[in-house]
Amino acid sequence: MPETSPFTPAPGPKIRAAQIHARDWGWRHAGRHNQAVSRLDLHIEPGERVLLLGASGAGKSTLMHALAGVLGDAEDGDETGSLLIDGRRAAEARGRVGLVLQDPDSQVVLARVGDDVAFGCENLAVPRAEIWPRVRRALAEVGLDLPLDHPTSRLSGGQKQRLALAGVLAMQPGLLLLDEPTANLDPAGVIDVRDAVVRSLDQSGATFVVIEHRVEVWQDIVDRVIVLDAAGGVLADGATREILSSQAERLAQAGVWVPALPPRFPTRHPIGHPQTLLRAEALAVGRVPFGRRTASVIADAITLDVRAGTATVLTGPNGAGKSTLALTLAGLLAPAGGALRASDGFAAGINPQPHRWRSKQLLTRIGTVFQDPEHQFLAATVRDDLLIGPRALGLSPAEQTSRVDELMRRLRLDHLADANPFTLSGGEKRRMSVATVLATRPRLLVLDEPTFGQDSRTWQELLILLAELLDEGIALIAVTHDAQFVSALADEEYRLGLPDPITLATGAL
Amino acid sequence: MSLLTPAIRPSVVARLNPVAKLAVALIVSCALLLSIDWVSAGVALLLEAVLLLWCGLSARQFWLRTAPVWIAAPLASITTILYGEDSGALLGQVGFISVTEGSAQLGLAIGLRVLAIGLPGIVLLATTDPTDLADGLAQVLRLPSRFVLGGLAGLRLVGMFIEDWHSLTLARRARGVGDGGGVQGAARRFFGPAFSLLVISVRRGSKLATAMEARGFGSDAPRTWARPSRVRPADAVLVGIGLAIAGIAIGVAVWAETWSFVLA
Repeated sequence: MPETSPFTPAPGPKIRAAQIHARDWGWRHAGRHNQAVSRLDLHIEPGERVLLLGASGAGKSTLMHALAGVLGDAEDGDETGSLLIDGRRAAEARGRVGLVLQDPDSQVVLARVGDDVAFGCENLAVPRAEIWPRVRRALAEVGLDLPLDHPTSRLSGGQKQRLALAGVLAMQPGLLLLDEPTANLDPAGVIDVRDAVVRSLDQSGATFVVIEHRVEVWQDIVDRVIVLDAAGGVLADGATREILSSQAERLAQAGVWVPALPPRFPTRHPIGHPQTLLRAEALAVGRVPFGRRTASVIADAITLDVRAGTATVLTGPNGAGKSTLALTLAGLLAPAGGALRASDGFAAGINPQPHRWRSKQLLTRIGTVFQDPEHQFLAATVRDDLLIGPRALGLSPAEQTSRVDELMRRLRLDHLADANPFTLSGGEKRRMSVATVLATRPRLLVLDEPTFGQDSRTWQELLILLAELLDEGIALIAVTHDAQFVSALADEEYRLGLPDPITLATGAL
Repeated sequence: MSLLTPAIRPSVVARLNPVAKLAVALIVSCALLLSIDWVSAGVALLLEAVLLLWCGLSARQFWLRTAPVWIAAPLASITTILYGEDSGALLGQVGFISVTEGSAQLGLAIGLRVLAIGLPGIVLLATTDPTDLADGLAQVLRLPSRFVLGGLAGLRLVGMFIEDWHSLTLARRARGVGDGGGVQGAARRFFGPAFSLLVISVRRGSKLATAMEARGFGSDAPRTWARPSRVRPADAVLVGIGLAIAGIAIGVAVWAETWSFVLA
């Protein structure tokens, strides 16, 4: 993506920046016992740039939704106090506020780039003649240099987030809200989105509020940090530098990535003479597209060994085939070419090609943790879900229970034993998805982006656990963009190259 | 090429208003559903065949898209010939299967009908972009924009189903429940992921709804349309052609005395 756009649009109009005023404001979601936000007093002046922090459950997202006027009405929850934007109720300040959310996939509305950006303008009844210049300007501002009829299904995650941003900017809001806009993006995508935001704010002068665990992304751009208290109200509020140093300890405990307090790396005790479990020779990987019979190759000429007690990380840009390679090594996809063989010791008497193994034969050999934990949940409660693997292995009921109880204790899931996996928080879901795999004690663990979007606490817990597993002699393959994960854990790094990203986009039918 | 942004070659038909195409498909269908006789369907099919030359689809695209109709038509026809209500002279009999003049005519009529209704319907829709159709429904037919745009945005989620389904089945294999168990196991392997897919889709749908609302969608305030949907003279001509096909087909059938009004 070139930085400059072929069309240099006229500079956008200076926008009347919005002012936020909360007095003793609170919100309780319908059907919940506890307040999501309570006793909030807040004043944000026009043009201020604010980073909003707080432990998970402190009500950051609720506040953002309220400011954007999408919390709903009395049916959806109980409101107390007042939350005003330019002196009007937030729900009535339509068009004054633009909100970009975390998940790139669920924010694309229409099928073509231009139409999607125009959507917000249409809803605000902007005259047609004015919509298309606004669309072009917004796309240029976020650096999306694509034809207006480019299909949105072909965009990468970072491009989708910039598209969502453009859609919001075209509405010319006086208040720009971002709710963890970069949590699901690779490092290049994070920088692209951040730079697009900065460009647009410098241009428009709009008021800006962002939620983000990874403080370092925004700390040089915001001039004020507000920390919400889970018990209600504001915990700390002040200049960026001051709050980040005075509250560093407390923020780190709440899972915020404070640059001054990076998480500690676990200590490793490598095993001697690691045995080779899998060997890939001139391996080609690919997926079979919908409605086709043969796989289209994404990456080839892959030669690597997977060894016990060794962490191998797969890195490279989006679309290079990292996940496809991981799923192939995990025995879930058939190789598109070349050879992938398990050693005799690993196969233990069955066919050496992992993709030929039966589902149950995989259980004790290879465990896979998917990028989206929800994809691997099978039962209605955490405990039942964890029991599925041990039961499929035919273990005795006593052994099943003892394994699952031990795992739940180790991964701090015991208090959630009867909860539905889908209702867990992001960090809990991640721990749970690792636990489901560990329950059958596989000798190789394959993880796809295990640290994506995790707060610093979950991150640290996960790394300690993985280091322990490695010390026990379990082999690890992890797809990751996380540089800290690589330096903390990787014994070997396999980098995949850069193919044409257009042909690899997902979501197209 | 995808469901929502189909690669449509520029052609006369592709430029027509989707609402006019929808109207033509409905006019021809309704006319042919009023009677079951082979003359009206045959005449309509003959007239359509001439017009399909200008449909703007390549031969390959045409046969690929319309393949289901070409398979369904003879099947429906043969089934009716063999098992349809008997009348008239007996042409042949094997066991309880009997072919009569009446059932043969009925079979022919049904086969031709499937083609005469199916072919133009598929061809007209294959040259229509869903976004244009939504624009037309909302601006020309004045259907509620909430309903039309909500449906259009929802359609986009369908493409993601396939990705999700793929991941869900892989995850099941990884968790030891991906094979075995005979028919029961196979049923579980279908309904298990189907339920997860439902949960995941509902959540994604509600997130999408929030994102749309955050961009000012869903209020009762008037909205503008960035893409105008206009009805041009060519669209009136298309509707006229549709009416003509329906009229000629009915006329010839009445003249040939094969017309039998189904509601009579």
